[in-house]
Amino acid sequence: MTEHAASEAERSQRGSAIELRGVTKSFHGKPVLRGVDLVIAAGETTVILGGSGSGKSVCMKHMIGLLRADAGEVRVFGRDVTRLSESGWVVVRRDFGMVFQSAALFDSLSVHENVAYPIREHERWEEARIDERVAWCLAAVGLVGAEKLLPAELSGGMRKRVGVARAIALGPKIILYDEPTTGLDPANSRRIAELIQRLQRELGATSVVVTHDLELAFSIADRVALLKDGRIALEGPAAALRGGEHPALREFIEGVELLPVAVGALGDRNSKAKEGPNG
Amino acid sequence: MSDTRTAVGRLGARVLAGITSAGDFLLLGGETARALLRPRFPLRDALVQFDAIAVRSTPIVVITAIFTGMVLALQTAFALTRFGAKPYVGSIVGLSIVRELGPVLAALMVGGRVGAGIASELGSMAVTEQVDAIRAMGADPAQKLALPRVIATTLGLPLLTFFAIVLGVGGGMLVADLQFSIAPGFYRQTVISSVEMGDFFSGVLKTVFFGWWIGMVGVFVGLRTTGGTAGVGRATTQAVVISSIGVLISDFFLTKLFMLVPAERWLERVLEVLR
Repeated sequence: MTEHAASEAERSQRGSAIELRGVTKSFHGKPVLRGVDLVIAAGETTVILGGSGSGKSVCMKHMIGLLRADAGEVRVFGRDVTRLSESGWVVVRRDFGMVFQSAALFDSLSVHENVAYPIREHERWEEARIDERVAWCLAAVGLVGAEKLLPAELSGGMRKRVGVARAIALGPKIILYDEPTTGLDPANSRRIAELIQRLQRELGATSVVVTHDLELAFSIADRVALLKDGRIALEGPAAALRGGEHPALREFIEGVELLPVAVGALGDRNSKAKEGPNG
Repeated sequence: MSDTRTAVGRLGARVLAGITSAGDFLLLGGETARALLRPRFPLRDALVQFDAIAVRSTPIVVITAIFTGMVLALQTAFALTRFGAKPYVGSIVGLSIVRELGPVLAALMVGGRVGAGIASELGSMAVTEQVDAIRAMGADPAQKLALPRVIATTLGLPLLTFFAIVLGVGGGMLVADLQFSIAPGFYRQTVISSVEMGDFFSGVLKTVFFGWWIGMVGVFVGLRTTGGTAGVGRATTQAVVISSIGVLISDFFLTKLFMLVPAERWLERVLEVLR
């Protein structure tokens, strides 16, 4: 038995955390998802790759019921949640934590109140216990003592980390990260990648990460899925896909690399222009 | 031919979109009403909103009411003097302000100030994913965001209207006294003798609906905002336009309704049901 086959057997034993079957979604008559089939195994980190506007975030929002599928089926831990009412979702979402692209912190609330929000929503804890939990969450993301600050006083990287702290406040079984490194500098991106990995190890949660950041994807993923033209074009273990040999992945990588190449060319031209008068 | 078909198609699409929006509005109204009956009423949020919406609208409503009362007395007395009917100023100013101008002007001022405020605040929350975050954390935006605001406008506007009526009639009295030498005592007497309780109820009860409408429109338009900051700007304008037009149109029908079945009869029914 190969190593790959062994891990596949292990996966099926763990069962699935989230399943999307033939999920379609259109906005104003424009199809975004054209039949997404994806199984997220429990306890793994799955990264969904895709270009801008490929529907990655839309796909993720179906997993937590923020969007309803036009057709197809969504299951969370085996339970069909496709047609669940909003009040039905409240119970299901207890198991989720979500980190939003823009962090989505509540501007009028302090960092403490932001992190305490899901706890107050779902539990009847005493204040001391809430304080303790908030402090633990902030320590986990490296923001000890930031409780009293307001979101406006935080940098982009700090806001993202408070978003992560809020997502883990109730010890979720599934954590969804929507573009966690977008808008961050390389150092902050690396810090977020390490944080995702560490939380995965410590909490043993299932993580789903939506990104176009290839470096992030392959540094944290157990499995990688590529969303293209509203469908999953490719899905498999990150280790096997890392070389980027698969044509669909190759195409995506080349598309992504177009921009840095163009910027590089511009840089060359600028440096030549600078050299011109002097030389 | 194909042009006609496209035009008809576009018209059809607009009608359908309008019907869908109306349906969504009613659904949100229903969700908000249901949220009222659920445990954990957001009392703190409702008080904060009542302060922001009702208490802080007092100055703008007070100024509008006083000056409207003053100008109304000025115009009425000026016109009535021609017919030798100057003593009726109090009756006309009183009836106009109690039945119509107090409620409608208070609603328009609050609709402009508060409708825009609610739509821009919730619109900003929607485009920065804060509304999605509330849902993702297992909370209900209808209970967290809509209910406190709609409660504040529904209860706040009748109160503001009451102030507007008293101050508007007072403003009229001031002008009648200073400009037209109508004694305040006489003015008060004419107001009291011509304005009945039914007039007062019909005026103030209308604003319960206006308040609900202004709050609901602000919340509905705000929560549906898309398209970044430009979208927030559009939502704000839309909220003010829809709430103001709605106030003016519904005012006609509510006035007609209260003429058919007097407002105090409605009030008695409600009290009976509550008992």
